[in-house]
Order: sequence, then structure tokens, then C-alpha cells
Amino acid sequence: MTNKIKIQNLNVYFGETHAIKDVSLDVLQNRVTAIIGPSGCGKSTLLRSINRMHDMVASARVTGSILLDSTDIYDRSSNPVLIRRRVGMVFQKPNPFPAMSIYDNVIAGYKLSGRLVRADADEIVESSLKRVALWDEVKDRLKANAMELSGGQQQRLCIARTIAVKPDVILMDEPASALDPLSTLKIEELIEELKDKYTIVIVTHNMQQAARVSDITAFFYLGELIEAGDTRTIFTNPEKKQTEDYITGRFG
Amino acid sequence: MQREHISTVFDIELNELKQSILVMGGKVELMIANSITSLVDRDIPLAERTVAFDHEINAAEMSIDERCLELLALRQPAARDLRFITIALKIVTDLERMGDQCANIAKRARELSEEPPLKPYIDIPRMAHWAEVMVKEALDAFVRGDSDLAVKVCKDDSFVDDLNTQIQRELLTFMIEDPTTISRAMKLNYISKSLERIADHATNIAEMVIFMVKGKDIRHTIA
Repeated sequence: MTNKIKIQNLNVYFGETHAIKDVSLDVLQNRVTAIIGPSGCGKSTLLRSINRMHDMVASARVTGSILLDSTDIYDRSSNPVLIRRRVGMVFQKPNPFPAMSIYDNVIAGYKLSGRLVRADADEIVESSLKRVALWDEVKDRLKANAMELSGGQQQRLCIARTIAVKPDVILMDEPASALDPLSTLKIEELIEELKDKYTIVIVTHNMQQAARVSDITAFFYLGELIEAGDTRTIFTNPEKKQTEDYITGRFG
Repeated sequence: MQREHISTVFDIELNELKQSILVMGGKVELMIANSITSLVDRDIPLAERTVAFDHEINAAEMSIDERCLELLALRQPAARDLRFITIALKIVTDLERMGDQCANIAKRARELSEEPPLKPYIDIPRMAHWAEVMVKEALDAFVRGDSDLAVKVCKDDSFVDDLNTQIQRELLTFMIEDPTTISRAMKLNYISKSLERIADHATNIAEMVIFMVKGKDIRHTIA
């Protein structure tokens, strides 16, 4: 099994706060890795470290390394824009660009990258929307405003926008927490389908969701990685008592 | 020391499940004792009461099964809790089978009470005592999460197996020497086999307790 991302001795500070403490974790290629843990454990901080989103926070400081394939994304020579093109992100709340059509939302990232060839646009929109199982629902109204879609459809549109730029990795920060149960199931089904082409890291508060969609689960507590392993083992017979207490609802 | 769940109701529900299994186990222990007493004392009314009592064990099995399914559906347990509930489902099946074996023993005891005694009963009550102790200890191990006690139960099974072999050999001698004893000897042989099966069910429970505590499946690994 190939490592797509190798996190080594990662520490993240926000001013005096030590949010991620010496974390080392391997993220396997074409697998779904779920990050679970109680609020404030550093799940989202870790996720955002993987595409250098902390660069935009003045008080943030990162030490250690994150290798994407063999490139250290925190190396001085690494370009954050190029990294973010390879590592896409889907957020908790669907965030389509409100003034744009469905069509324009899908190719927005591509346009910004300056790589868009006019003739390719239709093909990119169609294949991206098909990949997220949204094509049949919107093919007749591609020029409609994206905000006309339901919450679940908007989230799938955001995933389509992410994959349109052909990333290697998709980071998902609670992608279904603002959705109803059926839309949630559609997103989970989509994650399962996307992993054959992408490496996915998902942060979720919903442990059953982590159990359903992920291959590997990593449990964090107070900024430390307590245990990471095969999801089936983590949810049936974890090694660490802290993990067991958390997943059985004894603390958190 | 096991931490409590954040949901106190879930703790209460798990505790109630544990208690119902213990009550069911207590009834099975009583059935083992009564079925053998009915044999030794040639007590036909007690044998009949023991046969009828099996309905209570069956009812307990169904009620605990239903409770376990509710907890699985409503609480979506994980790890130790998941093992506890799935094992509870299996334990009640073993306890129900023990109840069936006790009812069978009581039926044979009733038939034997209508015929002259073949021999004084020494080894069969001894075997029944051991089987009863194994059931009690397996359930104690389950309640306390005591894997050491569960291992002891697994080991004790060979003693009951040896007693069964010894009884069968002795009964065979009776049958060879005097063919008129065949019918009674066969019934005693059947009782001995039923006790041996009860001990096997207790061993199953003990193996499951080891899985529950250690997360390690040892079934079919002990010769």
C-alpha cells in the first residue's frame, strides 16, 4: 500500500496554544482516512495543515513536515497555490459561489488556474457533475444559479468543483454535518466511489459515519494522535483504552 | 475500572441486560439441580415440574434476544459494548440449550423412576455438580469480565468429559453382562451425555467471555 501523505512530527501553534502535538501519521493512497475526536482535539487543524490553510492565519506556526508523495509541502520552495490545486478541500457548509451558475461554479477553480481551454469546459463540467452523481439532476438547468439547489446538491456541486481541477487528495471537513440523513447517505456513497481515483481525508463528529466510509481511522485527543488503524479494528477492538472510551460514548 | 457512559440510560440498559442474563442463568442452574434430584430421589412430580419449567427459559431467551436487538438498533454500540451485546445474544442461546438438556434429563428421570433402580447414582450427581459449577462460574466470569475464571471453566470441561467416558464405559459393562438392563442403561447414558453437553455450553460461554474481555477469539483453538 502506497503512502500518499506522510505527516512527520507535526506541531501546530496558534500563538501560545499548542494545537497539534508531535503528530506522525501515514495517509494511504486511494483510501479514506477518517479523523475523529472530541471538539478541540485538533482534527480540523490537522486537516487544514495538509493544504497549508494556516498560512493565512497570522498567529499560526507549523513545525515538522508533511510529505505529499515525496514533496514537503512546508518546504520554502513549495508553492501553496500549486499544493492546494493538488489537495482540494470540501467544507462543512456547502459554499458554492452565490453569484455564479451551476456551470460556472464547476469550472471556477479551473478558470482561476488559467488552464481552461474553452473547448474543454463543457467536458469538464459534465464529467465532474457525473462523478458526483449530480449531472442527471441539473443537466437541464446548468445556467441556473447554484443557490437554487438543495443543501445536499450544493455540497455535491462543491465536491464537483473540487474534483474539476483534478486534485490527488480531497480533504473533507465534516462534509455532511449540515445535511439531512438522505443527502448524508448520498455524500457517503460518493466518498466510496471517489476513493478509487482520489485519496480522501475526512474529519467527522459522526462516529458511525467514520465507521461506514473510512478504511483507516485516526483518533485524536487534546492535539495528540492517540491511535490510528484499520477502521474495523478501531470500532470493534481498539488497542488504547482512551479510544475505546471515546467510541463507546464514555467521554468526549 | 470501567468508566461510565455519558448516557446514564445506556448504562442502566446494559446493566438490566446483564441482570436478565443472570436471572436466566440462575434458573438454568436450578433446572440442573432439580433434574438430577428428580433422578436420584425418584421424584416424578419434581421431574414433571422441571420439564414444564423449560418454558420459562424459552421465554427468557426470547425476551433477552429482543432487548439485545433493540439496543443494537437504538444505541449502535461499538467495541466492548458491541462485544457485550452480541455475546449476550449468543449466551442466551447456550442457556436455552442447557434448559432443553435439563428437560431431557428430567424426562428420562421420570421414566427411570417407574423401573427398578439399576445402580446407586454416584458419578452422575458428581458430574451434574461440576456442570452446575461450570455454568455458575461462566456466568460469574461474564458479569465480572473475569477472563481468568473463564479460562478455568474451559479447562474444567475435560474433567466432565472424562466422567462421561467413565460412566459410558461402566454402563456398557452392565449392558454386556445383563441385556435386560439395556433400556435403563441407555437412558442413564443419555443423561450423562446431556450433562456433558451442558458443560460444553458452559465452555462456550466462557470462551465468549474471553473474547468479550480480551477481544481475542479462542474458539476451536483449545484441544
